[in-house]
Parts: sequence; C-alpha cells; structure tokens
Amino acid sequence: MRVVILPKESEPKLYDVLNDLGEVWAPVQRGEVWRYEKIDSGDKIKGNPTRTLLPAKKLLLPQEINMLDFDKEKFKKASAEIPVRIILGIHPCGINAINILDEFYSTDFLDPFYRERKDKTILIGKSCIPDEFCFCDQTNTKIVEKGYDLFLTDLGDWYLVWIGSSKGDDIVKKGVGLFNEEMPKDIHSKFISWRKDQNSKFRHGIDLEGVIDLMELEYNADFWTELGEKCLSCGQCTMVCPTCTCFNTIDDMELTKPAGHRRRYWDSCMFREYSLVAGGHNFREARSDRLKLWYTHKLKAFIGLFGSPSCVGCGRCITTCPVDINIKTVVANLKGMEVKNEL
Amino acid sequence: MNYNTGICKPNPDLYTPIMMKIVEIKDLTEDVRFFKVKSLEGDYDAPYQPGQFMMVSLNDGAGEAPFSITSTPSRPGSIEFGIRKVGKLTEKLFTYKVGDSFGMRGPFGNGFPVEKMRGKDILIVSGGLGSVPLRSLLLYILDNRNDFGKFTYLYGAKGIGEMVYKEDFLEMLSSDKLKLHLTVDKDNSGYEGKIEEGLVTNLFRYVTDINPENTMAAVCGPPVMYKFVVKELLKLNLPKSNILLSLERRMKCGVGKCGHCIIDYIYTCVNGPVFTYWDVIHTRELI
Repeated sequence: MRVVILPKESEPKLYDVLNDLGEVWAPVQRGEVWRYEKIDSGDKIKGNPTRTLLPAKKLLLPQEINMLDFDKEKFKKASAEIPVRIILGIHPCGINAINILDEFYSTDFLDPFYRERKDKTILIGKSCIPDEFCFCDQTNTKIVEKGYDLFLTDLGDWYLVWIGSSKGDDIVKKGVGLFNEEMPKDIHSKFISWRKDQNSKFRHGIDLEGVIDLMELEYNADFWTELGEKCLSCGQCTMVCPTCTCFNTIDDMELTKPAGHRRRYWDSCMFREYSLVAGGHNFREARSDRLKLWYTHKLKAFIGLFGSPSCVGCGRCITTCPVDINIKTVVANLKGMEVKNEL
Repeated sequence: MNYNTGICKPNPDLYTPIMMKIVEIKDLTEDVRFFKVKSLEGDYDAPYQPGQFMMVSLNDGAGEAPFSITSTPSRPGSIEFGIRKVGKLTEKLFTYKVGDSFGMRGPFGNGFPVEKMRGKDILIVSGGLGSVPLRSLLLYILDNRNDFGKFTYLYGAKGIGEMVYKEDFLEMLSSDKLKLHLTVDKDNSGYEGKIEEGLVTNLFRYVTDINPENTMAAVCGPPVMYKFVVKELLKLNLPKSNILLSLERRMKCGVGKCGHCIIDYIYTCVNGPVFTYWDVIHTRELI
C-alpha cells in the first residue's frame, strides 16, 4: 500500500482538490450535534467528532428515494442527477458499515439505487479516539482494510495518509505540494504510541464474545419482555444505525393527471406494521418480538449470512435510545449481568 | 435450501415492473378472483417454477404486493393469479376488467424443488387459499405425470363457498391421475359423497400404503394449519426434509432488500417461500 504524509496545515487546501471532483461533505457542528453537511470552503473542515447524529448512509441511501415514475401506460425507473460526493472524516466504523452495505446490496440482486450512489462516492476516512460509547474493538471494526479511497491517521502535526484506491491515488497526485512522500523519522514510534493510546481509551464494558450462542439460548428469556415493555417503538435506533437498510414503498399520485411516483423511504422493524400482512395477521405484534428481531439480525443472523456481525460498534444506539435499550444493555442481559437501569 | 441467484429476467431492473394485460377474469369464490395476464406484446414466456411469486404493481396509487402464481410453467404464454380481496391493493384490483393492465415483477422466490421431487410419490395438502399456489404444482405434476410416482391431493376449505377451483377439483375426483380428497369444515350439503365434512387432517385416513422415504409432501394453508398437518405427516414417518411448506410474510421488494420478510438470517422472498420442515425447526419463528 502506498502511504504519504499530509501536514495538518495543508488540510484546508485539500478542499480545493476535492471540490474539483464533486461535492465535499464533512461533519459540521449544529448545536449539540454534528452532522454531515456539504461544505463550501476548506476552513469548514474543523474538528473530528466521535460520531455524527446520522451516519453517512444518509447520502448513500437517502431517507427518501423516488424509485419509479408511472402513468397509465407504464412504469419507468426515475432518473436522478447523482453528484459525485466526497465524504470527508468518516471513521473506521463508518467505512466498515459501508462495506457491509456494499455486500448486502450486491448479494443475489444488485440494488440500482444504492449502487449508482455508491459508485459516485469517494470516502476519505479519519482516525479517531473512542469515547465511552464506542465499542468497535468488539466488532473488529476499529481498523479498516478496504473500502476507503484515502484514510488519514492523525499523528499530531500531520496525518499518515493511506491510499486505498486508484481514485485516492489521483487525489494525492492532484494535490501537488500538499502531500509529502518522505516519511518523518519518528513515524514508527508515533504510530505505535497512537495505537496504544487508542486501545487504552475503550471503556464501554461490552463483551460480545459468545453472544451468538447466547442469542439462541436466551431466546425465551424474560428480559426480552421487560425490554419490550419499555420500548417506545420509535425506531430511532434503526434510523441512526449505519447498517440498517429496511425500507417501505409508497405510491403517490399527482393531483392533476393519472400519473404517480413510487417512493421508497426508511422503515423500521420497530414499527408495528413491519410484519403485518393484508388480512390483519401480524407476525410480530409484540414489541419484544420486534426488538428481538433487530438484535438477532445485528448480532447473530448477519454472521450466518456474511460471516461478521452487522454491528460496527459506533455507539449510536447507546447515545440515541430514549429508554436505554441498546447493544450494551441487551448484551448485559444476555450475559446475565446486572443491568444498571437509570430510568 | 434453494438460493435464488437469478435476476428477474423480463424486468429492466430490480424494481421496475413490466406491464401485463388482463385477458381473463373469473370469480373463484365470493372474494377470490382469478386473473389471467399476458404481456402487452403478447405471450409471456419467461421461465418460472411452481411455488414462485410475482410482485403485482397497480399504476393508480394502490401500490405493490406479492401474489403466488397459480398457473403452471408447463402451460406457457400467460401467468395466472388467484387473488383474495383483503386490502387496499386488492380492492382496487377487483375493479379491473378484461383488457385493463397492471405492472408485474418477478418471478421471485425459490419455488418448489421440482427436480428433487421428480420420481417421488407426491402428497399435497392445502387449506383454504393454499390451493392457489399449490395449483401450480398440481397442474405441473399432471402435465408431467410420468415423471412422478403416486399422487395424492388433500384439500380442506372452510365451507363450500370458500373452496377455490371447486369445479376443477370436483372434475378431478374421477381422474385416474391422482387420488383427490376434498373436505369442508362444516356444511357440505349438496356435495355429499364428493366433499366431506371435517378438518383437512381427517383426510389423512385415506393416506395409507405410502413409502415415507420416497414421498415428498407439499403444504400450504393458513398459518394455524401447518402445525396440525405436519403432525400427521410426521406420524406417517416422512423425513423432515421431505415436508415442504410454502409460507407467507409481508414483502415490499421480493429481492431480499426491504427487510420485511426476514426471519433470523432467512429472507422469505429469496430463500423461500418454500421451506422444509427441517428449516422450520432449525429457524425459530418460521411457523
């Protein structure tokens, strides 16, 4: 792999290189939260928040996509102008989540709406230091091996830049004068101590070992009912989850002519209607059944399908759930640990 | 488990339906209607399997939903559905006339493993509307009768008025190609000697002299029926992997992407809707 150096004072200038390629999206602070926003200058690249409110999936799978246009004669795939987008500052968990989306949307059937967006996305990742909600060390997602174009490891005054794709290499070539080919002398010790520092900061108290089997063994455990009673079915956990992909479709008619559109929008397995069929039979009427589905999917089922969990340890479900149901509390219950309930 | 790796051939992409024209409509019961469709250009000749389903799309705002194919691939040229009026889309569809058209995507799902069933004795058990998807298999076997061994079909409906394809089934009672037994939960008046009274499980008393290792059973009906029918099949010593169940779930895409039909790691629309009884034991929540 090719590796170069980007001095931190050159980072704002990177914007000009990227802006020539397409829209530049980076975390921007809005009140208490950070969100990915399209930025219009290099000085907007500031800060490296632990997590944004919504993951980068909002750009690859917008909350709403117009899939089809139809009239009395036919259905036609809706065409959309999809810009090239550079997502700057995405963390390893986020890139790993996109790798999961890639795999999911390319298995058996290729989803054209995801694919056409992903094909126009450039990912420039950035290293991070975990807070108390991060548990990517448990999901093997604290480092990335693939899926990024460039990845910047923050080593103080400069970034170590890993070049992960041909597109990434082009960016480095276009950024004349921004990158150094020559490695600083202290790179080795700096990198090792950065790694140590990162590892020492995990303090989540989550241990995923053996959870697949426990999901099976604790299938009928009482705690599911208890969690179900607390759950508000608000679906926020699925909205903020970087690997949640479920969608529903709805048809809208135009007011003035017999034509319409089929839109697809984020759905949640926490919603009552999720498994409801025509005629009124609901395969998952109980909230506890719906919760169980989500955790089964994340921690067990996906491993059966793709060999790794579909949880990347980003901690968003922990910071988001208003009633404290999250990977942390569910895993604690699975392991028979005493769960500190603050509500 | 079959894993469908095909792409829906006639459709330009995953989610875009092609238009089909209704060429025949008839009422199967008070609220179940038969629709025969052809492609706008004429015959529909894309291959499918008995037990597969199509996503039917209305272009008037009523949306899209999955429906079992009731026709057999051994009679190509058209696709047939047997549809119950039960929701928003079907209510709209029931206003459609011959000559009207709607969109269709598919075929989806694994369907019945007909290659594996070849050479075997076949036992079909259907309840209520379960005869709609199983008609596809029924006709397929009849059209390829020499490829299969002994053929028994048990059908139970709520009442005479709820029996789909009643006339066709009554006619088949005298056929020497299969042993057919019909029953209704109650009131068979007018059909004594042809249609019995009682649950479909009562018809198992006719299933004697079977070679369980060489018998494949296909079952489809309301969710409540599976448990009781499977019990009878296990009593006959059928291996769990010889018991095939066609299941229903909510589906919005048909291609394992929207998530609604998921059970553990199984997408009913891609890995199913036909499962073996072993799959059912192995995977919680299937039935």
